[in-house]
Amino acid sequence: MREQPLGSTDPHPSDARRHARRLAWACIGITLISAPLAFWVLGPGLPPGTESFQDDNQVWVNRVILAFVLPIYLGICAAFIYSFFAFRDRGRAAGDAVPVADDPRVQRWWIVASAAVVVFLWAFGTYEWIWAGVGSGGGQGPVPLVRPDGETLEVQVIGQQWHFTYRYPSYGGMESPELILPQDRQIEMHVTSLDVVHSFWAVELGAKADAVPGFDNILYLEPLDPGAFEIKCAELCGLWHGQMYATGRILSPSEFDDWASDHRRATAQITGFLPDYAHVYFPQPEYRGS
Amino acid sequence: MILATALVVGALAVYVFDFARHRPETIAIGTGDGVVKVRMQTVAQLGYGPKADWVSYLIERPDGEWAHSTIFQVPAHSTVEFTILQYDNATPPRNPFWGQVIGTEGDVIEVDGESTKVLDPTKEVAHTFTMPNFGVYVPLAAVGNDAKNQCQVAPCTEDQAHRTIKFRIETGEPGTYRFQCIIPCAAGFAQGWGGPMQTIGYMDGLMEVV
Repeated sequence: MREQPLGSTDPHPSDARRHARRLAWACIGITLISAPLAFWVLGPGLPPGTESFQDDNQVWVNRVILAFVLPIYLGICAAFIYSFFAFRDRGRAAGDAVPVADDPRVQRWWIVASAAVVVFLWAFGTYEWIWAGVGSGGGQGPVPLVRPDGETLEVQVIGQQWHFTYRYPSYGGMESPELILPQDRQIEMHVTSLDVVHSFWAVELGAKADAVPGFDNILYLEPLDPGAFEIKCAELCGLWHGQMYATGRILSPSEFDDWASDHRRATAQITGFLPDYAHVYFPQPEYRGS
Repeated sequence: MILATALVVGALAVYVFDFARHRPETIAIGTGDGVVKVRMQTVAQLGYGPKADWVSYLIERPDGEWAHSTIFQVPAHSTVEFTILQYDNATPPRNPFWGQVIGTEGDVIEVDGESTKVLDPTKEVAHTFTMPNFGVYVPLAAVGNDAKNQCQVAPCTEDQAHRTIKFRIETGEPGTYRFQCIIPCAAGFAQGWGGPMQTIGYMDGLMEVV
């Protein structure tokens, strides 16, 4: 490599082109290796999982995003490492560095390429969020931007210190301390709280929404296979916040029907004491204790 | 000067560590005739100490003395029979569902000798013994507001107005399980949820299965 004397204001254009060519080839190689690796090898293992239609879709989105951003990240690392060795101090007397000269072509390419990547990721994410049929309800409020296709089974999540319970308005408004969901049905979950702010998080289902007193936050999920999933509170909510976890279950449609009819019968008496089903509750009196 | 500063800092460190490490006494309860018997009481106010007006659980030691603690140990893979003497008046739960009994042997409890699966949450429930991670939900029946000889200072005695709640559970594998009252019953705190509701040793505790 021809050395650029420190302190000189006369850069050698051929050197700059050589460095740029090397880096460009390195980035192309990195992209050809890392993008497929990110999409096909690392991607399928990304969170949250594949137990619901929604988290299956989230994994797909994460795979595409990773396949785009991993080469960019590795390319930046490669440029840094290359510069570290190619432009290191070789022991000559220190002097002024070579002034940076504008190169409009480089700037144009940089802006266009960066904008293209950002716009694509925005458009892709927005499409998947709104038009891919997964439903836009992510706990942002009571009016989801888009509902998923088809009929939904409504299930209400009620948070209180330190337990989530679940109401099923289609089954007489029965309540359960355990979340049981049917396989292959679109679930419309309404999340609220009776005391402080909690956050309902069904980890492997890719479903999460804040539980706020007086608010009704909607999210959608469609369980794919029978099995168990974790439920956690994701909002610091008091002494037992760290213990506010549970295991939910996904049952086949017939098993779910059996469970629902058994539970409805077993809790018929207490259901008579429950308030009429509503999307928010304001229990009285406000102040408790005696 | 340096020595005095070191002594003050050392004393502060000891105080902070002692405070952080403090926890109520652990009551170890062994097997008697094959069934482990845990006796507890819930009182409207402790009646002594720095938080004399706080509502609280107490646990009976094997020697028959009542301890102001909410941590107890029971053997794994055993049947545990709880007897809870409840001395407080009714406080309706924010969620009436907590009038339902779940997770005990037969999903039932005995209240003053009578078997039941549900208590009227609007007027019959004072507290609950709830172990969410163990799947046990037990409403504790209330003493009537007009009952005579109501307890003012713990430990309360059996000749004072109380309700007796009995139930059994199977412990299974070793582990530590939290329990709590899920009714906001802390008088004087916003929505009844402060103070004793947030403190181990009062309305929160641990069952250690060993």
